Amino acid sequence: MKMLLNLRQDKIGFLSSIVIFVTIMLGVFAPFFAPHDPNQVNMSLRYAPSSMEYLLGNDHLGRCILSRLIIGIRPSVLWVLAALGVSVLIGAALGFLAGYFRGKIDTVIMRMCDTMLSFPGYVMALAIIGVLGVGLQNILIAFILIKWAWFARIIRTSVLQYAELDYVKFAKAPGIKDLQIIYKHLFPLTFSDIAVIASSSMGSMILQISGFSFLGLGIQAPNAEWGMMLNEAREVMFTRPELMLAPGLAIVIVVSAFNFLSDSLQVALNPALSTGQKRSKQESLSTEKKEVLMK
Amino acid sequence: MLNVKDVYKSYRKGGLIFSETHQIIKNVSFTCHAGECLGIIGESGSGKSTLGRLILGIEKPDSGTVLLNGQNMADRRVRAGNISAVFQDYKSSINPFYTVKDAIMEPMKRKNKTGKDGLRKIDQLLIQVGLDPSYKDRYPHELSGGEVQRVCIARAISTGPNYILLDEAISSLDVSVQTQILDLLKELKRIYNMSYVFITHDIQAAAYICDRVLIFKDGQIEELVDIDELKDVQSAYAKELFQSIISF
Repeated sequence: MKMLLNLRQDKIGFLSSIVIFVTIMLGVFAPFFAPHDPNQVNMSLRYAPSSMEYLLGNDHLGRCILSRLIIGIRPSVLWVLAALGVSVLIGAALGFLAGYFRGKIDTVIMRMCDTMLSFPGYVMALAIIGVLGVGLQNILIAFILIKWAWFARIIRTSVLQYAELDYVKFAKAPGIKDLQIIYKHLFPLTFSDIAVIASSSMGSMILQISGFSFLGLGIQAPNAEWGMMLNEAREVMFTRPELMLAPGLAIVIVVSAFNFLSDSLQVALNPALSTGQKRSKQESLSTEKKEVLMK
Repeated sequence: MLNVKDVYKSYRKGGLIFSETHQIIKNVSFTCHAGECLGIIGESGSGKSTLGRLILGIEKPDSGTVLLNGQNMADRRVRAGNISAVFQDYKSSINPFYTVKDAIMEPMKRKNKTGKDGLRKIDQLLIQVGLDPSYKDRYPHELSGGEVQRVCIARAISTGPNYILLDEAISSLDVSVQTQILDLLKELKRIYNMSYVFITHDIQAAAYICDRVLIFKDGQIEELVDIDELKDVQSAYAKELFQSIISF
């Protein structure tokens, strides 16, 4: 709750979260918001410019671009978000185990991560698609398989940094359970790190999935996906460049919203950085003292 | 009674294959009686803090035992509410996401002392350590080093433990605040009849508060002396140590 209040004070963060919220809502209830059937071909409206009925115009098959954009949120944003969630979850679980308990568990998990990370991401994804076949589902599986190791490693490093702090030691002394220590003391601190890496890789994942669709390995025609829409627009790039605008801008806006949100989250989640308005009333904390604490 | 008996501790250094063990604590035995303040003096790297962690039961010795009233300290039920600690680094000794209230409440929750009584107890503890009860809702980064250390002491005594481990608890504070904290510790010891294990490299601070001093070198006990007999230390190392103080 306090985090949300903090976030509201940050205009860019607030705006980004609204953009993301609206995008997700549009995606979830896509059939309601889409003005037309996204796959309905109407050759008489081929390359039609924007009109009252078709706000963003029509593509090379006369399909409504706006509807395709809205339906495309599902694979481009929602499924990517789900895949990201799963890989962060796996990564966080293993990262916390490795970073907190150290020792043999740490060694085993980290060698597993090293093995996974030694494959270049794209090649690994291509290999998995080669084995499992073309399709969005398989790309998502490939993403989860590649990304968890990366998350596990970063989260472990973050946990390591905090696990030796005195207040964790203090919590261990009266015998507070390990799970509780992880939840109460390590999770809030590492959460800002996790949020930042997750949201920044959200951006790269959207771009990657669009990239795979662009190559024709992701979602299959006639289904809409932002990367695929770009690919379709590419064929008429020189005669009708405006077709690239809608999907291109959609990707840019959503990716930047996630990146800005991650920056703002980092500030909003940290009480030391987000003392903001509430605390400014307390004159007792002189600026001098603050300076000392900052060091 | 806190009983440390024949304790050894080593750490492994290096990777999976080429590792070497470093013996940190070698054959340490001592007792700390109820109501006593036992000082552990030693240079940096002598293994004082490792010994502290063993006493707290958050690490297990390779061999030997640490017993609290005859029960093994490694068991968390034995530790609960009976032993507590104050550490050196005031910047990291309270969770930055916790207010002062949350921090003091944490060990109390373990003993199911929360609710209205808990809040009153927090006010009382804060007053006892010389802070205003309005500090309850502040975050640690809004406090000065001395204030944080006072909060840590309040947190340590909140469950009424028999033993408190003070691991360089005053070393990161400036000299005037050090004396205040030492006086506070003395006062609290009188009120609650607790025992302290006071780990420090500062002989003067140890002399100010301790009843007995254990001189620690390279993971071994060099000498154990009463504070009154501090001048008449026997071992060469201890003599050298005191010489270096008197010289300035």
